[in-house]
Amino acid sequence: MPTKPAGTLYRGREGMWSWVGHRITGVVIFFFLLVHVLDTSLVRVSPEAYTAVIGAYKNPLMALGETGLVAAIVFHAFNGLRIIAVDFWKKGAKYQRQMLWAVLGLWLVTMVAFSIRHLSLALGGH
Amino acid sequence: MSATIESPRSGRIAPQYRRHGGSKGNFEMIAWLFMRLSGVVLVVLIFGHLFVNLMVGEGIHAIDFGFVAGKWADPFWQFWDLAMLWLAMLHGTNGVRTIINDYAEKDSTRRWLKTVLYSATVVIIVLGTLVIFTFDPCPVVDGVPLPGGFCPA
Repeated sequence: MPTKPAGTLYRGREGMWSWVGHRITGVVIFFFLLVHVLDTSLVRVSPEAYTAVIGAYKNPLMALGETGLVAAIVFHAFNGLRIIAVDFWKKGAKYQRQMLWAVLGLWLVTMVAFSIRHLSLALGGH
Repeated sequence: MSATIESPRSGRIAPQYRRHGGSKGNFEMIAWLFMRLSGVVLVVLIFGHLFVNLMVGEGIHAIDFGFVAGKWADPFWQFWDLAMLWLAMLHGTNGVRTIINDYAEKDSTRRWLKTVLYSATVVIIVLGTLVIFTFDPCPVVDGVPLPGGFCPA
């Protein structure tokens, strides 16, 4: 007799948490995208209006925000490729957990490289 | 001896499995496929966008009006940005549509939220497309070039 309800294979495990992470990062990226198209549209108002608003992206606090945004994008991208592999690769469902750890490993490597480069440029002497 | 289990759509099991032929056609299947196809393309487009704009040279400090003018002087970057705009907006809109369907239980709430969503999508896609193709490196107001523009000498 099972002591736990059936269904815990998915619930509360890697499959569920990667789904939660995919949703949250997706919504964050979508709202940034709306703002980003609007700020870029200022190039049609005047060169000074655009340069002033883009200047807001260049302070240290925003540099951390940009790093967070890129962290969300990189997770969503790699986990999205994992979802495609689960759907289209014959052994995708079988290896979905291992693939999540590969996603997280690649995400970490990418983010270490991105953070070093972006933060040293953004926070560096200018 | 092992029992043979018929595949669900073989028609040899009762009750026979029949797909619900709704009025929506195969829209949901197309949307599902679009998420995967656009997703792969967006990984390339957005990683390229981030690398060229943030990782190369002075990174974020190089971004100003002149940087945008330099990129959009080249049709390659115009179409790169256009593809990114359309695919990302449609991918994101379909994702948020799914989330609305999942969490908004009342029909009126869903309809209202989706109206707001689709309106925002149309405004952003039209605005972004116009900005890319009507961009002017040398904006002139009342015969006077605006400061910061790139005007032919």
